[in-house]
Amino acid sequence: MADVAVAKGHDEHQTTTGLPHAKLAMWLFLSSECLLFGALITTYVLYRGASIEGPYPADVFDIAYTSVSSFVLLASSLTMVLALAAAQKRDFTRMRLWLLATAMLGMTFVGGQVYEFTAFYNEGLSVTKNLFGTTFFVLTGFHGVHVTVGILMLLSLTGLSFADRLPEDPAFPVEMVGLYWHFVDIVWIIIFTVVYLIPTGPVPK
Amino acid sequence: MADKQTDHTATDLEEIHEERARAHGRHPSAKEYVRIFLILGAITAVEVALYYMRDDLGSWFIPMLFGLAVTKFALVVLWFMHLKFDDRRFSRFFMMGLAGAATLYLIVLLSFRTFSDRTP
Repeated sequence: MADVAVAKGHDEHQTTTGLPHAKLAMWLFLSSECLLFGALITTYVLYRGASIEGPYPADVFDIAYTSVSSFVLLASSLTMVLALAAAQKRDFTRMRLWLLATAMLGMTFVGGQVYEFTAFYNEGLSVTKNLFGTTFFVLTGFHGVHVTVGILMLLSLTGLSFADRLPEDPAFPVEMVGLYWHFVDIVWIIIFTVVYLIPTGPVPK
Repeated sequence: MADKQTDHTATDLEEIHEERARAHGRHPSAKEYVRIFLILGAITAVEVALYYMRDDLGSWFIPMLFGLAVTKFALVVLWFMHLKFDDRRFSRFFMMGLAGAATLYLIVLLSFRTFSDRTP
């Protein structure tokens, strides 16, 4: 029962709010991230259609390809919550499996983004080419960096689990990493709509 | 690998989970998560379909896309991030930044007349 007492001790959260402060801090951090990505998305929208030379969005975007990338990131959100559900049941094998699956899907998304950036560069679009290039690469680049940080967090969590160095309640760190991961997903939901699905110019063939 | 986290009895675990449920509200089951994911996938498919039909949709295209994006956003935040089930103070913390950012940047966009016709 000593373990139960320790585990309960976590839930009771001996804090002034009765809530885990680490989780409150995570939500506060995500709240501040809204301002960061809001600024980047607003800058993109502000300069939409303001480039005086190409390539323009309609020249480079491949919506079918980006749709698959978006689906991969959505799938990673599912594997992340399944990892949390497994951690809450203290099913460590499944937890590690789902964490690794999430990291793999994240790597697929980032790999796809690197491929997309390379393809755009080969078509003449660079960060200094025009306003579209600048705002697009900065916005999606920042998002890609966030996904990469998330992948490192997922792999660290899996490594800690294999080394048996997770805290008494393993669901808590999994939930914290999960919150960050889902935030990255919701940012992509907005980017996919604002940047890709509402382009300027004609529908590409 | 002696797993220090696996030495609870089934009764202990039930007690822990009940305690957690009282403290944080219930979290969805794996089946519910899969259901939400399928809805998210279906909405994404509709978004892409709308993109290819955008000439036929005319002025409805952008509002419909935004409606679908907001729905996806809400599903992830409420179910996958558990704001529907967790203490409301977490929601307030998040909404503070989200609503603040939305208001601030909407004012910026309106100030620059982004939504008016800007024919080059």
